[in-house]
Amino acid sequence: MASAASAIYFLNLRGDILLERRYKDDVDREIAESFRDRILNARERDAAAVYGPIRTLGSVTFMYLRHADIYILLLTRSNGNAMLSFQFMTSLVSLFQSYFEGDLTESSIRANFVLMYELLDEVMDYGLPQLTDPAILKTLVFQKGYKADFSSLLGANVSLADAAAKKAKEAAAAANATLSVTGAVSWRREGIKYKRNDIYLDLVEQVNVLMSNNGAVLRNDVVGRIQMKCLLSDMPELRLGLNDQMQDVTFHQCVNLGAYESQKVVTFVPPDGEFELMRYRVNDGITLPFKVLPVINEVGRTKLEANVTVKSTFSNKMMAGPVVVLVPVPDNTASAKMLVTAGRAKYDATKKALVWKITKFAGNAEHTLRAEVALVASTKEKKPWGRPPIQLQFQVPMLSCSGLRVQYLKVVERKLGSAYKAEKWVRKLSKSGDFLIRI
Amino acid sequence: MSDGKYFSTTKRGEIHELKEELRSLDRPKKKDAVKKVIAAMTVGKDVSMLFPDVVNCMQTDDLELKKLVYLYLINYAKTQPDLAIMAVNTFVKDSQDPNPLIRALAVRTMGCIRVDKITEYLCDPLQRCLKDDDPYVRKTAAICVAKLYDINPELVEDRGFLDMLREMLSDANPMVVANALAALQEIQELAGSGGKDLLQMTSQTLNKLLAALNECTEWGQVFILDSLAAYDTRDPRDAEKIAERVLPRLQHVNSAVVLSAVKVILRCMDVVALGPGGGEETIKGWSKKMAPPLVTLLASEPEVQYVALRNINLIVQRRPAILANEVKVFFCKYNDPLYVKMEKLEIMIRLASDKNIDQVLLELKEYAQEVDVDFVRKSVRAIGRCAVALEKATERCINVLLELIQTKVSYVVQEAIIVIKDIFRRYPNQYESIIATLCDNLDSLDEPEAKSSMIWIIGEYAERIDNADELLEAFLETFPEETAMVQLQLLTATVKLFLKKPTESAQKMISAVLSCATNETDNPDLRDRAYIYWRLLSTDPEAAKDVVLAEKPVIADDSSTLDPSLLEQLVSRYLATVAAVYHRPPETFVSRQRMAVTRAEELGSRKFEEDDGATPGTMVSDNNAAAAAGAAAAAVGDLLDLSDASPVPVPPAAAVGAAAATRGLDDLLGGLDLGGPTIRSSIPHIHPAAAAADPFAALANSSPAPISLGISPAALSQLPVLLANPGGVSVQGRLVRQGGQAVYQLALRNDTLAPVDGLMIQTNRNSFGLSPASQVLAVSAPGGVIPPGGLAPVRVPLLVDPSKVTPPPLNTGLQVALRTNQVGVLYFNDTVPLSALTEETGTMEAADFLAAWKTLPPEASTRLPLAVPSAEVAKQRLAAANLFVLAHRQVPATSQDAIYATCRITAGGVGQVLLELKFVAGAGGVDVSVKAERQDVAQLVFDGLPAVLLGAA
Repeated sequence: MASAASAIYFLNLRGDILLERRYKDDVDREIAESFRDRILNARERDAAAVYGPIRTLGSVTFMYLRHADIYILLLTRSNGNAMLSFQFMTSLVSLFQSYFEGDLTESSIRANFVLMYELLDEVMDYGLPQLTDPAILKTLVFQKGYKADFSSLLGANVSLADAAAKKAKEAAAAANATLSVTGAVSWRREGIKYKRNDIYLDLVEQVNVLMSNNGAVLRNDVVGRIQMKCLLSDMPELRLGLNDQMQDVTFHQCVNLGAYESQKVVTFVPPDGEFELMRYRVNDGITLPFKVLPVINEVGRTKLEANVTVKSTFSNKMMAGPVVVLVPVPDNTASAKMLVTAGRAKYDATKKALVWKITKFAGNAEHTLRAEVALVASTKEKKPWGRPPIQLQFQVPMLSCSGLRVQYLKVVERKLGSAYKAEKWVRKLSKSGDFLIRI
Repeated sequence: MSDGKYFSTTKRGEIHELKEELRSLDRPKKKDAVKKVIAAMTVGKDVSMLFPDVVNCMQTDDLELKKLVYLYLINYAKTQPDLAIMAVNTFVKDSQDPNPLIRALAVRTMGCIRVDKITEYLCDPLQRCLKDDDPYVRKTAAICVAKLYDINPELVEDRGFLDMLREMLSDANPMVVANALAALQEIQELAGSGGKDLLQMTSQTLNKLLAALNECTEWGQVFILDSLAAYDTRDPRDAEKIAERVLPRLQHVNSAVVLSAVKVILRCMDVVALGPGGGEETIKGWSKKMAPPLVTLLASEPEVQYVALRNINLIVQRRPAILANEVKVFFCKYNDPLYVKMEKLEIMIRLASDKNIDQVLLELKEYAQEVDVDFVRKSVRAIGRCAVALEKATERCINVLLELIQTKVSYVVQEAIIVIKDIFRRYPNQYESIIATLCDNLDSLDEPEAKSSMIWIIGEYAERIDNADELLEAFLETFPEETAMVQLQLLTATVKLFLKKPTESAQKMISAVLSCATNETDNPDLRDRAYIYWRLLSTDPEAAKDVVLAEKPVIADDSSTLDPSLLEQLVSRYLATVAAVYHRPPETFVSRQRMAVTRAEELGSRKFEEDDGATPGTMVSDNNAAAAAGAAAAAVGDLLDLSDASPVPVPPAAAVGAAAATRGLDDLLGGLDLGGPTIRSSIPHIHPAAAAADPFAALANSSPAPISLGISPAALSQLPVLLANPGGVSVQGRLVRQGGQAVYQLALRNDTLAPVDGLMIQTNRNSFGLSPASQVLAVSAPGGVIPPGGLAPVRVPLLVDPSKVTPPPLNTGLQVALRTNQVGVLYFNDTVPLSALTEETGTMEAADFLAAWKTLPPEASTRLPLAVPSAEVAKQRLAAANLFVLAHRQVPATSQDAIYATCRITAGGVGQVLLELKFVAGAGGVDVSVKAERQDVAQLVFDGLPAVLLGAA
């Protein structure tokens, strides 16, 4: 039941195997190759979009996740925990992204295959997920730069005594690392020192909304994250007080869940450096930063008129970053004439949309796009146009749509007491998730 | 610097060059060479010939290089077992290295190398590492025990490793605890459910696990939560204690932790419900805390969402209260992948209530106007299902459907008519006023299902539709060209019209239809039904009225609703697993070999008694008599199935054996049974009680009844799954031997939204040259079309085609391709059971057996890990599989039985096979020796014998 996989494969979109790591002996490369013939090619339509991500052929279960231009594929023969398998795959994606300092793609896999094998050895053993947190693994599997120095040292002609001393030191360091990765405070090691203690806290909110064409809100939520960067000495404990607006919260493993349950205070010993402290979701009491009023009319068979007004509702002291409005048009669009009160608009044939971009959108302002779209009259019986929703993309610094506020952030170091000082920096940002308006 | 460059060496002489570089004294050059080898391995090239050179690089201080060499070893040790022994010394040395990372690496890698010789050397280092000071080494060693058990279970038990694992549950380090637990769970699974309870969970262990839960890694938490969910407690206080400790886990960012925590809490709810006052308040409180995390699961990647949705579907069926107020979060987003949208729709339908139906309908109406045809159809269908489920909302649902019909989009109109027919069947005589609107759209109907739905409506309400006769007449013009589904429906509707309004034109129509259906068609279903009507009408028109116009059973929406016991099992035992995603018990898709062994242990002699009951007083060796008795039982079962609501359990083995013998009888019954299901309901199943209440009513009203042929519906769904394909076409089936040939008994399930037809089958070349007698599948469903939601049985006789035999060694694998018009080609793999190959005439004289035993090459022997209840059972089962027992004796001075048997397999040129079986009745282990002309036959017998001895064949 606990087992998540017998083997893991990375494949490109054609189904060619880029990398494999087998953890049990009951599957082989040939089975993975059948993924191409039997799952990808057996479909007329894009398999990943239409059919679910889990299939059993014979007695082998295929679980796959599409990311960028690759598939990650897990094979198993037992009735394992499927959620564990899929969560493991998503954790792997973020792990590799963190190590590569870029995306996990076909080319980055080829460029880093040695590192990937090394990591795949640590993240899973006999099909059981082990360690996938990048912060923790970086104490075990070093970044490339570090490794290069290390081996060149050994390669050089150091005296035997030096080498022995070096080896003992290395073993001690490794022992330290193993203790910290398996220990109770596995996310932080002892003895960290900084000249100046700094804490950066970013509140990033993603606004998801679905509006009807008359402006009524059909569905609305905010998914927020608190991203932190802690440059702190020793073993400080942080206490974060928030006004309680959240419907559901999930925390980084450093947070004491019991303390939150009883006192509603987020108490934690932070990992060193950057990490995501928590995620939350808010459904009620959301202030939407923008309102959109679209009027889209199909005039006869060859013309479409669009009139889209966007209003900002936040205070005029704030300024939204680039705002992009995507107004969908039918497939048979020939050209579009557009008139805007701000920014620039053009017709993008690949997106099948009018793309209207406003670099700076002030608070409490209103802008309008007027467009006349010429359609190609087709001889065939025309299929009705699906009228996909208008999409809005934006970023508004210093705004929290959910109304969540940081009430306090206290730092306590047991040994140093009040002598321990730390600078705190708090930023806020609201940006668009799925911000959709039906037309 | 990129590793990409290591892939670019494809010139000739590469291997030789690599050999040189591997031997180089220059370290960076050597390391580069190893990287090139690994790169070649990565792209699937065979570099096993470099084995000795790579292993020579193993002794190094460079950890990165060492890891690469170890990786190479894991991949190739099996192909070079003799050379692998070279690595042992380094492994043993590394397992004592001062650096804990190297110690752990050595144990981890050694466990992955499945070479017997290495396994022997693994025990001592493993023993040391299990007691290592360093927790990282201990956590790695714990898992290594499970690996070793997979290779050599006896060794693990002999060395006391299992006890050491159990001790590790008290380790101070939480990750060690979690891994020890996971290792024990894995071993338990390997041992099968017949093995003893390894974990031996006491309240003490429970406390330790709960303590470790707070501190260990996210994955460790999943291991612990899964074992807590398996912990069987009856004490409500215990359950409360566990739940209180697990509740904070719902806040974890890892979806797997959340879902496993949900599973534990759901289980605790069941226990608390047994306590004082039914634990109502407690359950309410927990439910409230569970809803938000379940909703948050939907903020993940679409693949994770899909798994979450399939599980939520189960949770909503089991405990509807938890998400009763959350229907909005299941509304589809425009950009959701189709597979996510479809699952969201299912949950929306389940959560629809009088309170939220207006909102839900508004959404469904919106979806029904999108562009993806499948999604639109399912949305329209969802509106119909809401109408059937919620009486108060029916009128609103109908209004939405009528609005959709006004869009005049052909597939929307047709789908709407199909669901309106279901609404009429649920609420008879309430909404006929809308028939006029439907009749305005007759021209746009071109799909058989929509057509037959409309025809059903006209026939059913013939007395209230003024021009019913004209409408039907228009349909009848194309009668000969219509599909079977529409023809059957037209026939019935015309009879109804005639009985209700016996006008002159109706009379003309009925005689035209009856003569056409009896004289000019090849379809036996249609012909039989027409004859029955004809005779009924000509002998006693009043009786015909009673039968044809009988009151119909009201339908309910139980499509995709699971059987309560299966649901219970899926929620409390299998939540989050693959089984929960498929909504099917795991034995239907997990490897059969493994399951067969466990099942034998589970059922033991009970299974035997059942078999005995089904074949009273038959000769053990006489196949035909046994089959005949089984046939009788099956036939009775079928009869009762028709006349009584409670299905009679037919032992699957008996039913299979009976299939051939009862063909005649079945066709007769099948004719009656099959007459009905030509009109598909978008609500696929009516209550079985209602369906079976009156076979004639079912016939006359065309209620969908399960299609059956040869095998009872119960037995049909018991067939092992060969290809699970939720939302597509799935295949169940098994290979058996019938009438002197191998026969595939298949059942095809169509979970798509459209009828599937044009089925063809082909096998790949295989060791026995098995290939279908006919590539066209004779699906026993009307017109060869499997309706959506339908399960159609099909029998495929296989011939032996010598031109399709693959060269030795023998391999029981069989690759099958299935082609359909709608979903393209499907493939599945199966194994050919021994009992499908052994021939009925394969016996020989005992004297010949002795002579042959002496002359044949030396025997191959093995020990099968299974128990045989008694020698008589073994003989009976061998005989049933055409393994002819020639002699049976007690081995002197032991309690062992020895059985000598033979069989013949012409397919693939296997020839005569001689067997010796030795075992102690009721105890584990059967020693098998096999002699045959060809050496590769033994493995075939070893692989096939367990199924035979377990009576699973």
